[in-house]
Amino acid sequence: MILFGSSFMVYNLAAYASDPLAELRLSNDDSAQQQIAALTRQLNLDTPPPIRYFLWLRGLLGLFVGNLNLGTTRDGLSVQSELAYAIPVTIRLVLVATITAVLLGLALGIISALRQYSRFDYGMTFLAFLLYSLPIFWVAVLLKEFMAIQFNNFLSEPNIPLRWMIIFSIFTGVFWGSLLGGERRRFWTVFGGAFATNFVILWAIDFTDWYLNPGLGPILIALLSVGIAFGVTAISSGITDIKARNAALVMAGLAVVWYYPAQWIFDNYGSYLTVFVLLAVLIATGVFVSRAFSKIDRGPIARTAIITGFICGFLILIDRIMQSWKEYSATDAVNYRPVPTFGQRKDQLVTEDFWLNNLDIIMHLILPTLALILISLAGWIRYSRGALLEVLNQDYIRTARAKGLNERVVITRHAFRNMMLPLSSLFVGEFVGLVGGAVITERVFGWQGMGTLGIKAINSYDLNLLMGVNLLLSFLVVTGNLLADLLYSALDPRIRLRK
Amino acid sequence: MNLFKRKEKATGEILAGGESAIANKEVEGLSQGQIVRRRFFRHRAAVGALVVLTSLIIFVMTALETKIGPIRIPGWWKWTTEDIPALRFEDCPGGTTGCPTLSLNPAGGFGLGTHPFGQDDIGRDYFALTMNGARRSLMIMFVIGAVAGFIGVVVGSIAGFYGKMVDAVLMRLVDFIQTVPTIIIAAVIGKAAGKVGPLYLALFLGILGWTGLARLVRAQFLSLREMEFVDAARVAGASNIRIAFKHILPNAVGQIIVSITLIMAGAILTETALSYLGFGVVAPDVSLGLLISQYESSFTTRPWLFWWPGLFIISIALCVNFIGDGLRDAFDPRQRRRITKKDRLQAKLQSKVGA
Repeated sequence: MILFGSSFMVYNLAAYASDPLAELRLSNDDSAQQQIAALTRQLNLDTPPPIRYFLWLRGLLGLFVGNLNLGTTRDGLSVQSELAYAIPVTIRLVLVATITAVLLGLALGIISALRQYSRFDYGMTFLAFLLYSLPIFWVAVLLKEFMAIQFNNFLSEPNIPLRWMIIFSIFTGVFWGSLLGGERRRFWTVFGGAFATNFVILWAIDFTDWYLNPGLGPILIALLSVGIAFGVTAISSGITDIKARNAALVMAGLAVVWYYPAQWIFDNYGSYLTVFVLLAVLIATGVFVSRAFSKIDRGPIARTAIITGFICGFLILIDRIMQSWKEYSATDAVNYRPVPTFGQRKDQLVTEDFWLNNLDIIMHLILPTLALILISLAGWIRYSRGALLEVLNQDYIRTARAKGLNERVVITRHAFRNMMLPLSSLFVGEFVGLVGGAVITERVFGWQGMGTLGIKAINSYDLNLLMGVNLLLSFLVVTGNLLADLLYSALDPRIRLRK
Repeated sequence: MNLFKRKEKATGEILAGGESAIANKEVEGLSQGQIVRRRFFRHRAAVGALVVLTSLIIFVMTALETKIGPIRIPGWWKWTTEDIPALRFEDCPGGTTGCPTLSLNPAGGFGLGTHPFGQDDIGRDYFALTMNGARRSLMIMFVIGAVAGFIGVVVGSIAGFYGKMVDAVLMRLVDFIQTVPTIIIAAVIGKAAGKVGPLYLALFLGILGWTGLARLVRAQFLSLREMEFVDAARVAGASNIRIAFKHILPNAVGQIIVSITLIMAGAILTETALSYLGFGVVAPDVSLGLLISQYESSFTTRPWLFWWPGLFIISIALCVNFIGDGLRDAFDPRQRRRITKKDRLQAKLQSKVGA
């Protein structure tokens, strides 16, 4: 009903606001009159827009009898096929950006709320406001210049100057220092640790020319896996839970053992199916390991094991993709300028190799996604900080603390779950909003998605195409709102539909 | 895991009545307006933003000649957007022309030079262009804020006050406008309205932007109209209009102001984005987004053409956002000021003196 109304309004507004014949009227060409007549017939321009709308609607309602017809564009292509090509491109762009922004924003927002009024909190608040005020096209152009063009220049002559190493390390040190917080002495200890670690890593990267031939290698993966096992246990079930910790460690160990077989499988059977099968194997292993470790209360242990296994498996996957880097940058299409600024694929890159193709997609995704993440990150930092502070003031949090639960359980089990309720409905809305926001990003980075299609439609007064794009976006908003309501009532048992 | 560690409060402090006692003492005997004003002025970032924004507006508005009908107020800047002085190419880096003469390097001496922001490709003074663009963008921002604020408040209060059928119809209207993807419809309208003039563009954008505010006002009205003071006013014989606008609206004004500042901060970004896409303010006119769009390709060679307008957009939006945040904190009754050591000490001293 609402869809009908809004599409009617947009159709008429657009029809009255635009004049597809304007260009022809101005032309002095002899055939102009004929062209006008032909176009009028083709687009039914002699029918007034409110009535023409119903002609369009008839095509749309054909959907129910399996005969959808959204009309043709002015180049004579069918609108459906244009849309079908553009949708996956936009979804790919927006989905990756939303998920990353949510995870990062939640983490930063939660820590910011837990350290309310600390240096870190003030820093995050300022960062959020700054990101809020950035025009996305401006950021996108900056990213293009500094992350792509300059970075490519840097790669052709890779050498990190000492000055930058120190500046970057100081920055990391301050970040971690204020993140972990505490007394002044503690701050400086953390600062020193982070500074030194970062400096050594940068130096090692520079020394080994890592960025020309990146990869993690089994040793680094083993170290990281053990670290991840401890980290996941600490947040997911508490470091004192020995069984969970051991299960996580076993998972990490298995991942490392699996490194070489996985390499072989990846090299010979690289496809999405393989990745999914390995993922399923991984989860099954997680369940099995947790079964081996405990007979009672398996839930948290299985959770810890699976999350650890998942992250470790992800590391191995990243490692495999990184191994294609050298080959990728050496191809003719890339020619040692691996960070692209334009388009969603490199057309010149013709290869059957699964990993090269994926690396190409990822490299093209990086910049636009980064731009979208920067823009939507601000919102998530603010929302999650606000939501957690609100929840922490509730009585049940005080009760939980009063009955002696430790702070980790209070935060992860009582506060976090309640905080996610209002955020879950925001998630859908934010996703839909980003689809609209992607218009500008697509334009800057030359992606052939929904936004580009919309701009093209407006510029060429292509009513059918415009209505197609508009219909799809409105449909997203309506289903998004419905989904948000359903999700909310499914998650929160206190909310019941009235009557 | 240290991440979850919480600061413990000293026992003595909790015994002494805690922080709420200190906070309550401060607002004793003050009117609501006074409390809000005090809270706002204590928010350092917001006050700073207010000062910066005000001076920025005065700076931008007086820089160029202003025409209000027959009256002409001359600006203090020596170039206008129509002047085409000769392109300067002395001491510009890498053979470029029209580089900025602004020098903030203490060693070289502070100085504005003839063209502090540089010149564009045909030699027009970029400072004048930026000022003109900023002026346009500010104007559009305020018009959108005013139009969207007005419609939002009126529709929201009518829907919330009358409820039932009126509410249902108006809220469907809101749903309806929210379904239309803003950027697309704004682009359609902008394409047509851009030719007519930026003022109309702003009006149209305002007509699209009120839905969130209307929802907010409606929610406030729905809860406020059940309050006792509304019954009291009705018993005293006040008319519906009077109750809605004299009794209920002032209670909702905090949220409304905050929401309008957020709309304005969003508006300047929408306007610049539209102009960037080519659907907002169009060529003979200047706006910040249009400037960026025009000189995007020259970023590598003459970056100043890209930096200055962007800097102005960010500083305006940032200031408005910070003011909005300060207002939100000031109007939120649950928000308490952070109690510092100094406050505790003072409270202790006072209680001793009292005893």
